Amino acid sequence: MLPRVLSLGVRRGPLTRRPGTLRGGFSLDWEEKLSEIKKKIQSVLPGTSLHPLYDSSHLPPDHSDVVIVGGGVLGLSVAYWLKKLEKQRGALRVLVVERDLTYSQASSALSLGGIHQQFSLPENIHLSLFSASFLRNINEHLAVVDAPPLDLQFNPLGYLWLASEKDAAAMENNVKVQRQEGAKVCLMSPDQLRNKFPWINTEGVALASYGMEDEGWFDPWCLLQGLRRKVQSMGVLFCQGEVTRESELVKMDNSVEYQPVECALVINAAGAWSAQIAALAGIGKGPPDTLQGTKLPVEPRKRYVYVWHCPQGPGLESPLVADTSGTYFRREGLGSNYLGGRSPTEEEEPDPENLEVDHDFFQDKVWPHLAQRVPAFETLKVQNAWAGYYDYNTFDQNGVVGPHPLVVNMFFATGFSGHGLQQAPGVGRAVAEMILEGRFQTINLDSFLFSRFYLGEKIQEDNII
Amino acid sequence: MAAPWRSLRLVAPIGNRSTRGIHQLGGAVDPESSQKKRRTMLQYLSDHFYDVEFLRGYFLQNKMDKVHQKNRFRDKEWIRPDKYGHFSQEFWNFSEVPVEAVDASDCAINYEGLENLHLLKELQSLSLQRCPHMDDWCLSRLYPLADSLQELSLAGCPRISERGLACLHHLQNLRRLDISNLPSVSNPGLTQILVEEMLPNCKVVGVNLAEGLKLGPEEQPQDTDRPIPA
Repeated sequence: MLPRVLSLGVRRGPLTRRPGTLRGGFSLDWEEKLSEIKKKIQSVLPGTSLHPLYDSSHLPPDHSDVVIVGGGVLGLSVAYWLKKLEKQRGALRVLVVERDLTYSQASSALSLGGIHQQFSLPENIHLSLFSASFLRNINEHLAVVDAPPLDLQFNPLGYLWLASEKDAAAMENNVKVQRQEGAKVCLMSPDQLRNKFPWINTEGVALASYGMEDEGWFDPWCLLQGLRRKVQSMGVLFCQGEVTRESELVKMDNSVEYQPVECALVINAAGAWSAQIAALAGIGKGPPDTLQGTKLPVEPRKRYVYVWHCPQGPGLESPLVADTSGTYFRREGLGSNYLGGRSPTEEEEPDPENLEVDHDFFQDKVWPHLAQRVPAFETLKVQNAWAGYYDYNTFDQNGVVGPHPLVVNMFFATGFSGHGLQQAPGVGRAVAEMILEGRFQTINLDSFLFSRFYLGEKIQEDNII
Repeated sequence: MAAPWRSLRLVAPIGNRSTRGIHQLGGAVDPESSQKKRRTMLQYLSDHFYDVEFLRGYFLQNKMDKVHQKNRFRDKEWIRPDKYGHFSQEFWNFSEVPVEAVDASDCAINYEGLENLHLLKELQSLSLQRCPHMDDWCLSRLYPLADSLQELSLAGCPRISERGLACLHHLQNLRRLDISNLPSVSNPGLTQILVEEMLPNCKVVGVNLAEGLKLGPEEQPQDTDRPIPA
């Protein structure tokens, strides 16, 4: 019907004018004209996010100084320290983009929540000590007016690392470094172990190191929510969406809407999926063995955690025990429940496609070692299990922190291979200092920069479970 | 039952008003109804004006800083003034005498302040009753006193939970432990049993093991007016 109307209008002759052709040049092409006008306004008034004609409150802002990709504990920690250390209140506009606000696959939420200072690298020890003092004073750092104080449910029972004959010398060296840097760790012989923890079978154990203070485990979900609450009260904007395409398009969840966000800096805190974000920025696209061609060597690795009940198990005082075989367990609550697991070897690595739990892994690979170390665990009943991702750094299992040498406005805070949660406050502060001051001030993380992947300088960490 | 102490006994000044600071931390202590109205007015203002929220945050930070200020004597002699703010001159005569007992009840001591106690190598009795800032982290700092400490009282500390009590296992010479009236411990009876297992030579007092147990049908009160039995 419409074409006939139009043709009717045309045929009426030169006396009638087409609507809107007065003064010439104004056509019915309303959409195109509008976008041109909008572009003109935006070019004249930079920095406005004014959309007078449609509601864009659910979209992220058009401009932001810093965009943090990933809303887990590392991303929120960077946001917190950026806002805390900025020179003037409200100076930085920070946007946190998180794909899944239920955190169903986030490593932060699925973590065991342990913190220890028994590392071989001094930087790791310092990061952990800083984080312990942050968590101790968490209700001063993350205090929000009128909100209830955070209860981290911290268990200060420490970590107990067991070493066989061949690892004993390395453990002694590590403990010396740890004590030099200020961690309170003591060495125990098998006899002392048997005296203190009579439920341990010390066969095969030559030496043990026991953390006395600032070590234990806590509730990571509480830390995450506390950081979110504080960071929102400091004025950081949140957005639920996924970052696609290099020019910082944020795709909104469950819709096909895109919003380009202009920003000065991007912080890659995407955890297990950091490599995808890095690839979007062109990192790794180049001939191999060059700096352009060096990819970010972080990939997701699946790890299982099992919960079991053992009525005659170790008592209330048992620390988190890390066995010589890589098996670890800790007590949970007052009711004789225990949590634990084991990192699989390279050949046994499960497929990180999904987070399904393999119960045979517990039967074949975890339980025998548990029963060998703690005879009471020969009778136990598995109650529950879950799986989570490690953002595993295949190069040297330590984090990547700081700017990329070529793509100078992408900063990394990822790749911590299972100890990201316990180092998050320290790393957040380091990245914020790098952005605001240009160098690391509190803890020197120069050896954690990206350039080590190209230069081949591995900083290997021994005590990883 | 406690042996008379012949040596110095340091007592904190009474009437410490620093416990009021917790009220500002947002509802950890029960507000009375008259203060409730005032709080919602403040809450309303805070929600609607950034300046009010900032001001309240500033005062909160000041209160926390005061606690830190009180705990600042580290690596120095631990000196306490009396209620008039004067230092007792006799104290200086006792500088060689080992301290055997410390009563820090109702005191604003926190994690940093406990560092002062590490120097007291012959401390036998420690009383930390009703200290508002003692929490699980602080209890993990008591292990250097393991050789000498025989009596410890943690009655009435609002922030101590069973996780902190678990790290008292270092104190193997402990003979008497008082864990009565700890509101944050989730299951006092079970915790007492587990702590007794953990410290076999110690007498653990303070928890009525019958509390939390349900009364049998013949023991219920005969009050038929109340819909829910006590």
